[in-house]
Amino acid sequence: MNESLEISNVSLVLSTALIILAVSVDFKEKIGLSKDIIIAALRAVIQLFVIGYVLAYIFQVDNAVLTLVMVAFMIYNASYHAHKNSNGLRHSFRTSLLAIGIGTSLALFILVASGTLDWTPSQIVPITGMISSNSMNTIGVIYRTLRTQFQDRRQQIQEKLALGANAKQASAGILRDSIRIGMTPSISSTKTVGLVSLPGMMSGLMFAGIDPTHAIRYQIVVMFMLVAVAAISSFIASYLSYQSFYNEQLQLTID
Amino acid sequence: MQTQAPIFQLEQVGFQMNQQQILKEVSLTIHAGESIAIIGPSGSGKSTLLKIIGSLLSPTEGVIHYQGQNISEIVATEYRKEVSYFFQNALLFDETVRDNLAFPALIRDESFDEERAIRGLEKVSLDASYLVKSVHDLSGGEKQRIALVRNLMYLPKVLLMDEVTSSLDATNRDIILNYVRQLNTEESLTVLWITHNNDDTQYFDRVLQVKNGVMEELK
Repeated sequence: MNESLEISNVSLVLSTALIILAVSVDFKEKIGLSKDIIIAALRAVIQLFVIGYVLAYIFQVDNAVLTLVMVAFMIYNASYHAHKNSNGLRHSFRTSLLAIGIGTSLALFILVASGTLDWTPSQIVPITGMISSNSMNTIGVIYRTLRTQFQDRRQQIQEKLALGANAKQASAGILRDSIRIGMTPSISSTKTVGLVSLPGMMSGLMFAGIDPTHAIRYQIVVMFMLVAVAAISSFIASYLSYQSFYNEQLQLTID
Repeated sequence: MQTQAPIFQLEQVGFQMNQQQILKEVSLTIHAGESIAIIGPSGSGKSTLLKIIGSLLSPTEGVIHYQGQNISEIVATEYRKEVSYFFQNALLFDETVRDNLAFPALIRDESFDEERAIRGLEKVSLDASYLVKSVHDLSGGEKQRIALVRNLMYLPKVLLMDEVTSSLDATNRDIILNYVRQLNTEESLTVLWITHNNDDTQYFDRVLQVKNGVMEELK
């Protein structure tokens, strides 16, 4: 199995032909993404090599505190990237940190307490990566949805405010919609799992030679966990963010 | 009436946006129960003035006192329940007329008074059957009349009307104008009414004109 997964340096270099293919499409269609594609590819190579060595060390040391530090590092990074993509939303780093931190911690606690996972880096770190990146993407959707909804439904909000509604009452419909839209990708991927996609976790376990029925059990837990975390993150991010669209005089701040 | 303390006192109120002066040094005293028409060309600053009085915008200069208190120090939700702003093309939200008329009760944490809603609908020549109608099945005039009932489910002290009849036919305009005049006379509701129709001004105690952001009292 390991031999079949061996990728030589030559093979790795040759695989850049795929990136060249993507750049060619961009060049032909004049989309203007060549620079982004090349930067993304370079970043992926550097980040993955670095994290590969870091993970090899962490897995080898197998220390509970180091595992916790790694979990905190991943949550921090996911929060920072969600904040960077929030388009200047007030307190977006704090909001992202709470949403991703609470969602991820709760999921890890349930998985460890139920005996599904052991607190060892080889089990905790990959799962944390999955949860926090899913949560980060969910929060990105929430931030975009809130901004669009507040722009599109500006007059409706103004009418409600003019009638004496507070920020929460005026935003109730938008909050419901943003949580629904934030959760939709996780629900959709849960619906189509096995039919459209074979998730990385399950495929990885099968690659490693684990019995498919065991891999599937694991994947079921992961899918349920991702839906739960998407719900928690959506809820926290929406409820902590909507007030950013109002000033102290309870007036809309968005044009 | 004039011996009472004013309900509004505007002192040197101005509003600037994107380095453009929309409203300049507006000083105005309004007493409870007065009816005031505001006229002036489009873009002159009338709506901005009304939005500032309705606390939907904050002045960039000057202060506004409501019943002796600076409005920036009053809780916005409480203020807006007493000083009610009515939009030019009011929007009905959610699904049915009932959803809209129940909203003022919902934000007060009270139960919906259906009898009061029906009485309100009848005042604007609509009936109880409208309660269950979808907001998408109404004409512009019906929407505007229902929005007025929504603003009046709990009678405010002040009603700010921002060209609310500008896109309506004569029948709808008369229904709204007459109902508001009746509330002004019988309930001492203070009314500020922006209009492009100079004929409307005859029904009001005072007439103000706003031109290039400067306010002048005509009557």
